[in-house]
Amino acid sequence: MPMLTVDGKQIEFKQGQTVIEAARAAGIDIPHFCWHPSLSVSGNCRVCLVEIEKMPKLAISCSTYAMDGMVVYTKSEKTLQARSAVMEFILINHPLDCPICDEAGECKLQEYAYAHGSGESHFEEIKVRKEKRVQLGPNIKFDGDRCIMCSRCIRFSDEIAKQNQLTFIKRGDKVTITTFPGESFDNPYTLNTTDICPVGALTNQDFRFKSRVWEMSKTNSVCVGCSRGCNTEVWVRNNQILRLTPRQNNDVNSYWMCDNGRLNTFKNVNAENRINGTFIRKEGELEKVSWEEALKVAAKSLKDYKSGEIAFIGSAFTTCEDNFALVKFAKSLGVVNIDFVNHTVQGDQDDILIREDKTPNTLGAELSGVRSGSNGLSVEGMMKAIKEGKIKALYVMEDDVASLNEEYEKILSKLELLIVHSANENKTTTLADIVFPASTYAEKNGTFVNFQGRVQRIRPAVATEEMDRALDGMKMSRWDKFGTKFDRWMQGLKYDSKPSWKIFTMLSTYLGGKTKYEMAEDVFIDLTHSVDSFKGLDYDTIGEQGVLLKIKQTVTV
Amino acid sequence: MPVQKRKEDLNILEKLYIPEIVKGMALTLKNMFRPNVTMQYPEVRFEPPSSYRGRPVLVQEKNGTERCVACGLCSRVCPALAIEVQASETELEKERYPQKFEINMLRCIFCGFCEEVCPEEAIVMSKDYELVFKNRKDAIFGKDKLLVQVDNLKDRLEFLRKFK
Repeated sequence: MPMLTVDGKQIEFKQGQTVIEAARAAGIDIPHFCWHPSLSVSGNCRVCLVEIEKMPKLAISCSTYAMDGMVVYTKSEKTLQARSAVMEFILINHPLDCPICDEAGECKLQEYAYAHGSGESHFEEIKVRKEKRVQLGPNIKFDGDRCIMCSRCIRFSDEIAKQNQLTFIKRGDKVTITTFPGESFDNPYTLNTTDICPVGALTNQDFRFKSRVWEMSKTNSVCVGCSRGCNTEVWVRNNQILRLTPRQNNDVNSYWMCDNGRLNTFKNVNAENRINGTFIRKEGELEKVSWEEALKVAAKSLKDYKSGEIAFIGSAFTTCEDNFALVKFAKSLGVVNIDFVNHTVQGDQDDILIREDKTPNTLGAELSGVRSGSNGLSVEGMMKAIKEGKIKALYVMEDDVASLNEEYEKILSKLELLIVHSANENKTTTLADIVFPASTYAEKNGTFVNFQGRVQRIRPAVATEEMDRALDGMKMSRWDKFGTKFDRWMQGLKYDSKPSWKIFTMLSTYLGGKTKYEMAEDVFIDLTHSVDSFKGLDYDTIGEQGVLLKIKQTVTV
Repeated sequence: MPVQKRKEDLNILEKLYIPEIVKGMALTLKNMFRPNVTMQYPEVRFEPPSSYRGRPVLVQEKNGTERCVACGLCSRVCPALAIEVQASETELEKERYPQKFEINMLRCIFCGFCEEVCPEEAIVMSKDYELVFKNRKDAIFGKDKLLVQVDNLKDRLEFLRKFK
């Protein structure tokens, strides 16, 4: 392997790597604005200048190829001087409006100005003003003043989103970014530019001015928008999700996620129509009752039916743990009619991230045994059997079956007993006889299996009534750590809901079952013992980046 | 203050006791002719100097808007976590403003860090020291109680410019 020396440290590198890449691989961070590991090299910010022996001038490390025997200094007097000068140059026209700017706290320019800036400027002239608050696209606002012309967003939309929508216009200090005439910056991946923007020039319309970044806690999670399962971070303040951002995982989503996943997968967690507590139909109306009563009634009414008269519908929206607990519960009742609904949108797929299958866990649900195949009825078969009166009781977990089509809605109203787990009110819950409040993906531990067969962890970011941020080891912001119950910023709504596996476990004790699951990992360990593909796994080995399952049977999705 | 002497160290005059009484009486007599420093509160009220750190208030500009841009630095620096800010967007040139600004006066320790950190001179310590509330709820001051006209805060703003 060829070697180069960076700050006196010998580093191995692969032929074709640039100096900045080689240094980064060895854990040496060279400051950079315009360079991004998965975008092409532009080399316009000049902040990554380094001193290289035998080169007459300083060279930008992002576009200089590493060569055997090269000696690089990233902290030499000359380098530091140049870096400070470049910072001063970039800051000439950058407004001093950090108190107003949303990026403050996670701003590369702010960080580098502290680390490498001289603290003052030679320039006393009036700063060049540009357009502010430009609506570049449906989700993005652009502030021309703050832009440092690194061109990351332009390269992103060209190279990653594959849509040439952004460009520079004008010259010199009047350069600004705009869309092509008549175009709107509206591809499905636009909001990634707000993440890679090193300053606060591009802001997320949905999150704008909602919160300071340091006031939120962030929890590693997985997006539930489609079967890609992009790795995400969930940002929470006062028990409310305020935004989602992508988390790097080169095997799944690289650095990106789509706008739909970012904007539309967390709103239901704090929606008005969350189901808060257990409900039972009394005299035609759903009435809130205690957990004990609901569980007792559910257990009693399930006993009234023969196992052939009951059917279970699992869900690809929820975790492997929930589905496995459902299968185990159904089997304890002797029920064989178990299936789940596929939510595929034909044609809504690209070769970047978005997948046709709009559920995060189709493979996981199948592997957990929710599809009984030839032994039991499929969802369509169930509906037919309900119509014919053969199936009288249906148990639906976290899927809005009634909304699939009008016929299903009519059929479901014929049931004698409909038990539903759901996080939000929907058509199915309005038809239900017993409703259990299910925790959303942001409120529980669990695992999803994405379309590649990669099992990935989700963690609770929002606390439910039974949870405590500190005691349950959830991520905490400074406010969470020091707040008391008398502080208003600690009084965010907590819902009375439980993860589905827990509801099944509680219900089975009312039916004399012996399943004893204390936490989600117990269910998962049980799953690893029952299903070969999961063998030998536990939550620690899955870790932050997930593990590819060894799936023997070919699964049709 | 003279160092207290032990009994065995007293000299003869001190042991005699009476001269010491006379000394004390002389001090009392002297003070009787000095100007009076006690104030008859609440009939007479203390007007603090501009360096005084009373309750923190928000500066309201002459056009009625707040100076604050809801950057959240006061809330971050506050060692007692007394301040809560919720920002929002406006059409004005300063595009950010505090939709909600609350100081929990039960938490506030009058350290003045919020004033020191404020990049806009928008939160300042006032001369107001009369803080009475009957319950926890009343102790949380919202924008209605915090906003004070800039004219009433001239002293403090001048002081800050001189010494901050």
